[in-house]
Amino acid sequence: KEKKKITRELVQTVLARKPKMCSFLEWRDLKIVYKRYASLYFCCAIEDQDNELITLEIIHRYVELLDKYFGSVCELDIIFNFEKAYFILDEFLLGGEVQETSKKNVLKAIEQADLLQESQNEEWGGLSEDIL
Amino acid sequence: MMVPSLKLPDLIQEIRGAKTQAQEREVIQKECAYIRASFRDGDPLQRHRQLAKLLYVHMLGYPAHFGQMECLKLIASPRFTDKRVGYLGAMLLLDERHDAHLLITNSIKNDLSQGSQPVRGLALCTLSTMGSAEMCRNLATEVERLLLQESSSYVLKKAILTAVHMIRKDPELASIFLPPCSKLLHECHHGILLGTITLIMELCERSPVALRHFRKVVPQLVQILRTLVTTGCSTEHSISGVSDPFLQVKILHLLRILGRNHEESSETMNDLLAQVATNTDTSRNAGNAVLFETVLTIMDIHSAAGLRVLAVNILGRFLLNNDKNIRYVALTSLLRLVQSDHSAVQRHRPTVVECLQDTDASLSRRALELSLTLVNSSNVRTMTQELQTFLETCPIDLRADCASGILLAAERFAPTKRWHIDTILHVLTTAGAHVQDDAVANLTQLIGGAQELHAYSVRRLYTALAKDISQQPFVQVAAWCIGEYGDLLLEGSCEETEPPQVEEEEVLALLEKVLQSHMSLPATRGYAITALMKLSTRFQDNNRIRQVVSIYGSCVDVELQQRAVEYSTLFRKYDHMRAAILEKMPLVERGGPQVDEEAKESKEVPQLLEATVPDTAEPQATKLLDLLDLLDGMSRDSQHPVSLDSTPGNALVHPLDLPCATPPPASIPNLKVFEREGVQLNLSFTRPPGAPALLLVTVTTTNSSGGDVTHFICQAAVPKSFQLQLQAPSGDTVPAQGDLPITQIFRILNPNKAPLRLKLRLTYNHFGQEVQEIFEVNNLPVETWQ
Repeated sequence: KEKKKITRELVQTVLARKPKMCSFLEWRDLKIVYKRYASLYFCCAIEDQDNELITLEIIHRYVELLDKYFGSVCELDIIFNFEKAYFILDEFLLGGEVQETSKKNVLKAIEQADLLQESQNEEWGGLSEDIL
Repeated sequence: MMVPSLKLPDLIQEIRGAKTQAQEREVIQKECAYIRASFRDGDPLQRHRQLAKLLYVHMLGYPAHFGQMECLKLIASPRFTDKRVGYLGAMLLLDERHDAHLLITNSIKNDLSQGSQPVRGLALCTLSTMGSAEMCRNLATEVERLLLQESSSYVLKKAILTAVHMIRKDPELASIFLPPCSKLLHECHHGILLGTITLIMELCERSPVALRHFRKVVPQLVQILRTLVTTGCSTEHSISGVSDPFLQVKILHLLRILGRNHEESSETMNDLLAQVATNTDTSRNAGNAVLFETVLTIMDIHSAAGLRVLAVNILGRFLLNNDKNIRYVALTSLLRLVQSDHSAVQRHRPTVVECLQDTDASLSRRALELSLTLVNSSNVRTMTQELQTFLETCPIDLRADCASGILLAAERFAPTKRWHIDTILHVLTTAGAHVQDDAVANLTQLIGGAQELHAYSVRRLYTALAKDISQQPFVQVAAWCIGEYGDLLLEGSCEETEPPQVEEEEVLALLEKVLQSHMSLPATRGYAITALMKLSTRFQDNNRIRQVVSIYGSCVDVELQQRAVEYSTLFRKYDHMRAAILEKMPLVERGGPQVDEEAKESKEVPQLLEATVPDTAEPQATKLLDLLDLLDGMSRDSQHPVSLDSTPGNALVHPLDLPCATPPPASIPNLKVFEREGVQLNLSFTRPPGAPALLLVTVTTTNSSGGDVTHFICQAAVPKSFQLQLQAPSGDTVPAQGDLPITQIFRILNPNKAPLRLKLRLTYNHFGQEVQEIFEVNNLPVETWQ
């Protein structure tokens, strides 16, 4: 319920922003960095001592990853494959910090996990250990 | 019998196709029912699909708690597909508040020691997302083992960040994770380095011991960063030509923490920082991000003076950047620096002032804050000009800050008194509604003290007031001034402005207009009526003033009524003292209720009239007697703060009071409710506009008999659905044939608009007897509650 309240409040605040405004706003005791891609807003909450400009890069990197994975990602891709979106996020960020700065490595990890999933579903033998 | 369940994509499709909320809810409820059934006795191989559907529904905000146990089952399954969805479910559905979350601890432990690389990855990811303090304590040794022994960089980088999370959850665990750091710092893998640096940062921020320990890696960090910056970047990690900006920023941040308050470390970094600051490509955001972090670091450590100037200049350059985001971070940073490096920031003042005009509210707000800190005695005129222009057009929520900022700056740096008065006047007329309360007091104080400017001030105020009487603080100051210096207004001789011909009639008419206007607050009215009174000694024609003052003797607003009655009495009975009482005010010490020594003599009297009524005490009937006392020269430890210091709202700050909505007569007919041997009770009613459930009743007790009424108490009762509040009465005595009645205000809230009923209980002494009367008020007009 608290989460719902936060979501609603934040969504309202971000959607109220006009197009030419800067990408940062203050909300409660956090800074919100948001970036708009077509009809989607990507929001990220950071603390006072964090660098806003690099957060913009983080958001952009994530979108690039989605784009590479889905091939010209669009909103529907994310909706119908929301678990994949989570999986990709989990390979890029961990516990709120960037874990991997190489686009290539992130995508490779996802690929391998997908392969593993498929291979098991088809009842094939498992992959060798050293995949990464 | 069982409807075949939808596949996830189909479910999503159907939900999105729903045209109303109700329809959506229906689809989801149906599906959830199926999912629940399937969890109970469906095919375990399909369980992950069911959970996935549930997670989608959960994302939309619907309850999904019944899926928590399924997550556990899926995590425990050997199939990777199951684990993947199961762990995701755990991250979305489980958290510290549910006891169930502890149950996955064992699964995580198993997966960490025996799982394949992807599985270990999943476990670590989940642990660092929703791991509670207790879970972290249970699994700390597992993670430590990974830090020491893990060979796969994929798993290792995750383990490091999991350690960061664990420390955040339970700082005591920090000691476990400190030793592996030094070795990890030698790794080449960017992900591992990034994680290690984050870990070191976390350790240093929590423990001074760790901080000292890690200072010795400063040279190593400097080397890593230098290599990153100088060697040709591998495209794998770079963004727009900047090598791994994420890593650069992290290193710079850690250097900041290590170099803070430490000369030696700071020195080691100086060259590198200069290098990064000058060589980073700033054509794209990535480079600017690194540059920004560099600036933050330079400013926070003991850097060389030249380096600091370089940093401020970089910020100045940022201010000119087209990108709003960059301008924003520049303004924020400059604001932080303005204390320590004031002169460096001053150099960029013109650019900052330009940013005031920015259409983006967050930018103009920052620019305003910064501009205000940059005002000093040499630039005050130009800066005030800019700020006043800004005040005219700025968004509403910035007005108050801008106005107070200008006033404060004016106070600190005003080059001349006249400029100061002009400035305050301008602010009051532009943004009067937004200034803080003490602006009125300050201005009257200022004007009072500038004798040579009395004529000038009163003229300007009069002219401006004639145009617009809506800005309350301004009107109050103007009214006060006109009252004090009305004679100068008529004189018509003033070097500083064009002398307009002002007639007595015009001035009185203007003050009356203020008095009657529905825009005027009670405090403003108070000022106006007092000003009128003062003019009675400065102008010729008193009849008009007498008339106005006597009308207000029966005003519903108690404060105004009191003043009016006192002034009328002054005309009638104490006319010989009027001139003395209404002399010009002496200048009072700012900010204190202490009265000037000289003022303690007979000049105290005008102060008493100026004084506002203290919050709760209603005017005592004995006030008039006090006047006489004072003139006998008794020193008065007047506890009344002079109105100069009082806030405009204070006149009737009492929360139970309401602004006087209409001047008398009230629109609801009065009601005589009680009569006994010359003692009469009358009720008058007011329904303030804007408060439809509220009724104000003024109970007036008069005594036309030959005996005094004493110890008068009136109590009231209303039906249960109403709320009743009684204000303190004006007194408890009505002397024989007294012309000053007791008044008391009842405040009745009637949210249900129920028919009003009112019972009164009176007790008093009259003709040596104790009288008690209880009765219900009949014939209450319907307008009191409809």
